[in-house]
Amino acid sequence: MSVMTTEKLPAGLAKYEVVIGLEVHAQLSTKSKIFSWSSAAFGAEPNASTDPVCLGMPGTLPVLNQEAVQAAVRLGLAVGSHIRPRCRFARKHYFYPDLPKGFQISQFDEPICEGGTVRFRVRGEPRAVRLVRIHMEEDAGKNVHATDGVSFVDYNRAGVPLCEIVSEPDVRSAEDAAEYVRALRTLVRYLGICDGNMEEGSMRCDANVSLRLRGETKFGTKTEMKNMNSFKNVRDAIEHEVRRQAALLDRGERVIQESRLWDATRGLSVAMRSKEQAHDYRYFPEPDLPPLALSEDYVAKAKASLPELPEDRYERYTGPSGLTPQDAGVLVAERDIADYFDATVKAGAAPKKAANWVINEVLARVDDARRLAEASLPVPAAALAELIALVEAGTLSGKLGKDVFLRMWNERRRAGDIVAAEGLAQVSDSGSIEEVCRKVIAASPGELERYRAGEKKLLGFFVGAVMKETGGKANPKGANEILRRLLDQGE
Amino acid sequence: MKAEVKSFDARGATIGSIADAVRARKIKAREVTEAFLDRVEKVGPALGAYLLVTAASARKRADEIDQALAAGQTVGPLAGVPLALKDIFVTKGIETTCASKILRGFVPPFESTPSERLAAAGSVMLGKLNMDEFAMGSSTENSSRGLVRNPWSLAHVPGGSSGGSAAAVAASLCAGSLGTDTGGSIRQPASLCGIVGMKPTYGRVSRYGVIAFASSLDHPGPFGRTVDDVAALLEVIAGQDPRDATSVPAPVGRYRDAARAGREGLAGLRIGVPAEYFGAGMDPEVEAGVRAGIDELARAGATVVPLSLPHTKYAIATYYLVCTAEAASNLARYDGVKYGYRTPEARSLEELYTRTRGEGFGLEPKRRIMLGTYVLRSGYYDAYYGQALKARRKVADDFAAAFAKCDAIVTPTSPIPAFKFGEKTADPLQMYLADVMTVAANLAGVPALSQCCGFTKAGLPIGLQVIGPPLGEEMVLRVAGAYESRTKWHELLPPDHTTAPLPGTATAQALGGAA
Amino acid sequence: MSRIKPEEVREIAVLARLALGQDEVARMTQDLDAILGYVNALRELDTAAAEPMTHAVPFDCPLRADVVAPSLAVDDALANAPRREASFFQVPRITPKSDGSGTGGVIGEEA
Repeated sequence: MSVMTTEKLPAGLAKYEVVIGLEVHAQLSTKSKIFSWSSAAFGAEPNASTDPVCLGMPGTLPVLNQEAVQAAVRLGLAVGSHIRPRCRFARKHYFYPDLPKGFQISQFDEPICEGGTVRFRVRGEPRAVRLVRIHMEEDAGKNVHATDGVSFVDYNRAGVPLCEIVSEPDVRSAEDAAEYVRALRTLVRYLGICDGNMEEGSMRCDANVSLRLRGETKFGTKTEMKNMNSFKNVRDAIEHEVRRQAALLDRGERVIQESRLWDATRGLSVAMRSKEQAHDYRYFPEPDLPPLALSEDYVAKAKASLPELPEDRYERYTGPSGLTPQDAGVLVAERDIADYFDATVKAGAAPKKAANWVINEVLARVDDARRLAEASLPVPAAALAELIALVEAGTLSGKLGKDVFLRMWNERRRAGDIVAAEGLAQVSDSGSIEEVCRKVIAASPGELERYRAGEKKLLGFFVGAVMKETGGKANPKGANEILRRLLDQGE
Repeated sequence: MKAEVKSFDARGATIGSIADAVRARKIKAREVTEAFLDRVEKVGPALGAYLLVTAASARKRADEIDQALAAGQTVGPLAGVPLALKDIFVTKGIETTCASKILRGFVPPFESTPSERLAAAGSVMLGKLNMDEFAMGSSTENSSRGLVRNPWSLAHVPGGSSGGSAAAVAASLCAGSLGTDTGGSIRQPASLCGIVGMKPTYGRVSRYGVIAFASSLDHPGPFGRTVDDVAALLEVIAGQDPRDATSVPAPVGRYRDAARAGREGLAGLRIGVPAEYFGAGMDPEVEAGVRAGIDELARAGATVVPLSLPHTKYAIATYYLVCTAEAASNLARYDGVKYGYRTPEARSLEELYTRTRGEGFGLEPKRRIMLGTYVLRSGYYDAYYGQALKARRKVADDFAAAFAKCDAIVTPTSPIPAFKFGEKTADPLQMYLADVMTVAANLAGVPALSQCCGFTKAGLPIGLQVIGPPLGEEMVLRVAGAYESRTKWHELLPPDHTTAPLPGTATAQALGGAA
Repeated sequence: MSRIKPEEVREIAVLARLALGQDEVARMTQDLDAILGYVNALRELDTAAAEPMTHAVPFDCPLRADVVAPSLAVDDALANAPRREASFFQVPRITPKSDGSGTGGVIGEEA
């Protein structure tokens, strides 16, 4: 376990070690809810996506969605958790308007996944955060607060499946915390189980933050930070909390165990309620759902269905493929980008070249990586590979290659077709280049004399003239060599 | 001269005979329904069994059956049979209250699976029946909507919590009904009202749309005049339901055939009689009646095997720990936000909850919510609820061991016959102990049935209980069918009470707080 | 011998969100005390070797396919709402306490 942090804390804080544990809720992108058949899709009109079960009407019963189970198992396997052969659901009781039954069906004693490790990098440095568990549960509805003494409840979200991912307190800085959450987001998107949108709430994060003197093994009192709905907010909120706690401790005061809501507009946190009056959730096994059994066969099949994960791809890209960490980082950030890149390489392009083209030309033209997986993409991976091959073979100059790419993108044509149709093939045969070179030299006797008198940089003038004469199609290297020979040797 | 079918007498009519006559077009479904509605109007008020009579829709349904038959279409096995439902079964578009103030006005947008299946079989639904509030009670004195009286004696309780379901069948206010049995709430009222009531194996009948009291103990089941009637209802409502994850996938048995097979006798079968179900606290007439019933089974050819269910004495305690914990949880949803009663003056969210629930629930639900909340508190879980779950296992193991030695177990259903109103309401424990012979079968989930095996000198029915192994409905019905074929108790009918109801003893109102 | 005191009864009433008047608290204390006295007999039972029985069915949790069925129409979902405004269920204002005070207050969760 790496607890290094490269983050520099202000001098006064250096005596403290920051201890952070995170609870991340990922809203699963199943079609229907976890325990009932109504739609789990985001964005419906208020209370238009409900049914008697998710409204908690009397006499209703939960029935478990197999896709939610599949998602949780794949997530657990992706982080190396132990998948329990039998797990149980439990009722977690509290009263709140957005919780229709007065309890949430969750998991307590026997969660579906135990342990696991999330690997990621912070500015190139490896990190590993251990997980306590991952469990399944149902989401609550939404409360909307009005100003005149009433609130409104919308149950559309009630019953949407969630995976709760609980980490050990292994995180040691606000920056690491933000990157950890980002890594989870990348992972759930790779697996296709959640779109990881913190602003919309499909991924939510709470952080438990405490300080202790460096060298101390006992944990300090922790506070729970909530309402951090972006990576930046995660980082800012935790940084603020670290400073707040340090100030208290420096003054000899106690940190109160409590939940605090982050207010991004004001840049501060506000205490919600004291954890001393902690909930008694009165957990007990959910009687309406027998224990869930997962066979070895089921788990093996789920494992086989996993895509190559971000960190493994990163290692392959920076290792055998020889890409820079920076380029590798860009390519693995979204599965669709990495898949597109891999496909381009598979179609014959060298990794470094492919990386170049994908990052500089392709990614510049899409605002959502998901476009890369769509059939409507103007330049599929194979087409890109074809273009790259033409440039590498010298048929197209690099500059011309970019022009061709633009035309491929706008006109949806293959490189080969464009080149053939417009005779853009780079002229490389020395015979025809030499002819053009002689012609150009003959047309510029003044420059020839000055070159032979010592102005060697006039070579560029002649190369330019050759390129102009050939409409950019001459192989620059070839033209360069031939001109040099003709100019230096004289005739 | 009238070339008409003779007029139909609903009093004492069985489901079997009605279904046969309607299907054979010897009588119209409409006429049968009218006859029962007539009784509901005349005899019903003295008993208080109905909370809601759906006369218009019943007539419409009966007419539809008649039209279908006239057009030569196939109709279901219960075509034209008038039935009624304990008000715990959710009925689409029809108020469903669980006899609680907190659900007054609740009109569900969906239908329970058991009632849906009865309707699909062609039956005619006459209305919703009175019960102990949220199925909590053994006398129906805990209803927020008035008392139900035992048709055999108006001063006596019909039992509970399905008191209305039992009284209605006993008094022929419907041909059959559905109730629920969580700690004996079908069998005990069946016993006190002299009819047949069955609690199937747990999960045999779907709980979807059955308002939950204690999820792992609730069993929906049928009431009827005869074993055949109960078997007929069970055949229709049993079977797996994709909307209930605890419903059993096993195929539905041929229950009517099993009941009929009892007529051939019980040679080769072993009837277990547990010592723990006879003894101190039993009414001597009840004991005599049940022992005579066991003798009758022996005469039918069965071998009587004495045995022991050693954990019987822990069953009530176990039951009241498990059921109250689950009840406290299941009743948490009643909060005035989404449906049902809401306190008129709530100045805060907190008041919305505490006042709605304080005003909307009667005393017994409040008591059980309090006890259930207590036993689930962290710190108490292991000692109470955790311990109870283990004790439950031991109770279930007792039955498993017993069924290695016998094919069915026979006991009294209730240690006493019907008691008088107010007799047990002062001390909740007294009422709980009335369930001593029924709760173990709920804890274990095994099927059990009660049938009439005699009357006390005061004219109150005595009930014989037959218990079978898991999914052993056929065995239970066979034994019960054998007993019934050799006796005539099921042919006796209570008198019709057409006088106005006596002023209530008001115990239910007083205890329930705001009625 | 009292197994439960009025103080604790009030705590439980808060947990269960039940408003109980003075007499009700007294009555409830008495009743619960008697019932607890009775159920305490269970503690003498040796259950060391027993597996807790949470369900009366011998099978595992069934799974259903991830298919969508039509939702209730908004009016049907709200038809039973004691207080409704537009397409919402209405409740008194929910205020997460910003000063951390109030034992009896609604202890809610912002999911």
